[in-house]
Amino acid sequence: MYTQGLDVKPGDKAIPLESGTSEAEQGFQGRIDRDDRIEPKDWMPEGYRKTLIRQISQHAHSEVVGMLPEGNWITRAPSLRRKAVLLAKVQDEAGHGLYLYSAAETLGVSRAELVEQLLSGKAKYSSIFNYPTTTWADIGAIGWLVDGAAIMNQIPLCRCSYGPYARAMIRICKEESFHQRQGYEIMLALSRGSDAQKAMAQDALDRWWWPSLMMFGPSDKDSPHSAQSMRWGIKRISNDDLRQKFVDVTVPQAEYLGLKMPDPDLAWNEARGHYDFGAIDWEELKQVISGNGPCNKSRMKARRDAHAEGAWVREAALAHAEKRRARALKKAG
Amino acid sequence: MSSRDWPLFEVFIRSRNGLSHKHVGSLHAADAGMALENARDVYTRRAEGVSIWVVPSTQIVASDPGEKDAFFEPTADKIYRHPTFYDIPDDVKNI
Repeated sequence: MYTQGLDVKPGDKAIPLESGTSEAEQGFQGRIDRDDRIEPKDWMPEGYRKTLIRQISQHAHSEVVGMLPEGNWITRAPSLRRKAVLLAKVQDEAGHGLYLYSAAETLGVSRAELVEQLLSGKAKYSSIFNYPTTTWADIGAIGWLVDGAAIMNQIPLCRCSYGPYARAMIRICKEESFHQRQGYEIMLALSRGSDAQKAMAQDALDRWWWPSLMMFGPSDKDSPHSAQSMRWGIKRISNDDLRQKFVDVTVPQAEYLGLKMPDPDLAWNEARGHYDFGAIDWEELKQVISGNGPCNKSRMKARRDAHAEGAWVREAALAHAEKRRARALKKAG
Repeated sequence: MSSRDWPLFEVFIRSRNGLSHKHVGSLHAADAGMALENARDVYTRRAEGVSIWVVPSTQIVASDPGEKDAFFEPTADKIYRHPTFYDIPDDVKNI
């Protein structure tokens, strides 16, 4: 999920469409075309390495920042069962972040650099986590819609040409299914509940639907990296195709809940065999990506504070490990 | 703020007795004990393992993918190491 490819500044031509003319570059493209997998120590074009570092780390940052909106409700979950489930889900997100950071590190970038890029604002994370979780129903909507969109996006990444990324995605996809189901279960309970609960579910859907559609990134015609990423086997399905697939599977799920999609233009198109849906407010996405979403500042502050407040723990653990090593050496000597 | 990363460890997990340990990924930890505990929390949240090995990544010695063809060349032309190389009449049973 979470790799909208929007961390490109206007005029960023750092990664031109290339297949290269050198023997190494052509051999590399040949391997991709044969559906071979690329492993960490294999030769790869610099653009491929850069694209992957950018995409995998953006993905990892999103998992980590993604813990914040849900963490907001751990202490206020309505039952012990819901609380245990939410804790397990948030733990999974931490785990996903760690799998992905490890995959990125195989490309020769250090963890410290990656964290620094997030904290300095140089690296982006998914726009979706800059929206607030104002009611318990938001936890349901996130699981159902945000994780649902994530699964849609991530399944093709399990076949990504870069081995460590693909393997991390396989682990993540196995775990995401629980996330989506627990979210839908929350929405189901609310939509079968009192009028107030049903209204809460509808309100959450109203607020999360459009931002969830934005998670797939800009429309194909405005997606600067897509063509190259497709050629390199990093991306397998286009943003718009994935978005359409998500709409098609989600609309019947909303109908089952008895909730109404907040889109007057949404209608089944018999000829296309897909749902038509209304225009996405790209300006909103642009604003959220550039730091002006409802929660950008508090999310970044939470990450920076956590990193700064944990510094003494990281240093103490290292000092303790070094002391014990020295003591063991002395004893042996 | 220290920018020094904890050392990197490679993690291997035996999913059940009778199977080998298999590489699953890597993680950072201050020492081997912490690496084991972190590996448990990161890689076995759903009972994926009964045994974990952690190895400092710097201790792994790997073959060079650039030398792959030369390195594995000696095996390529020895198809007589495979049972299908030998012609045995169909009439001969249990072989």
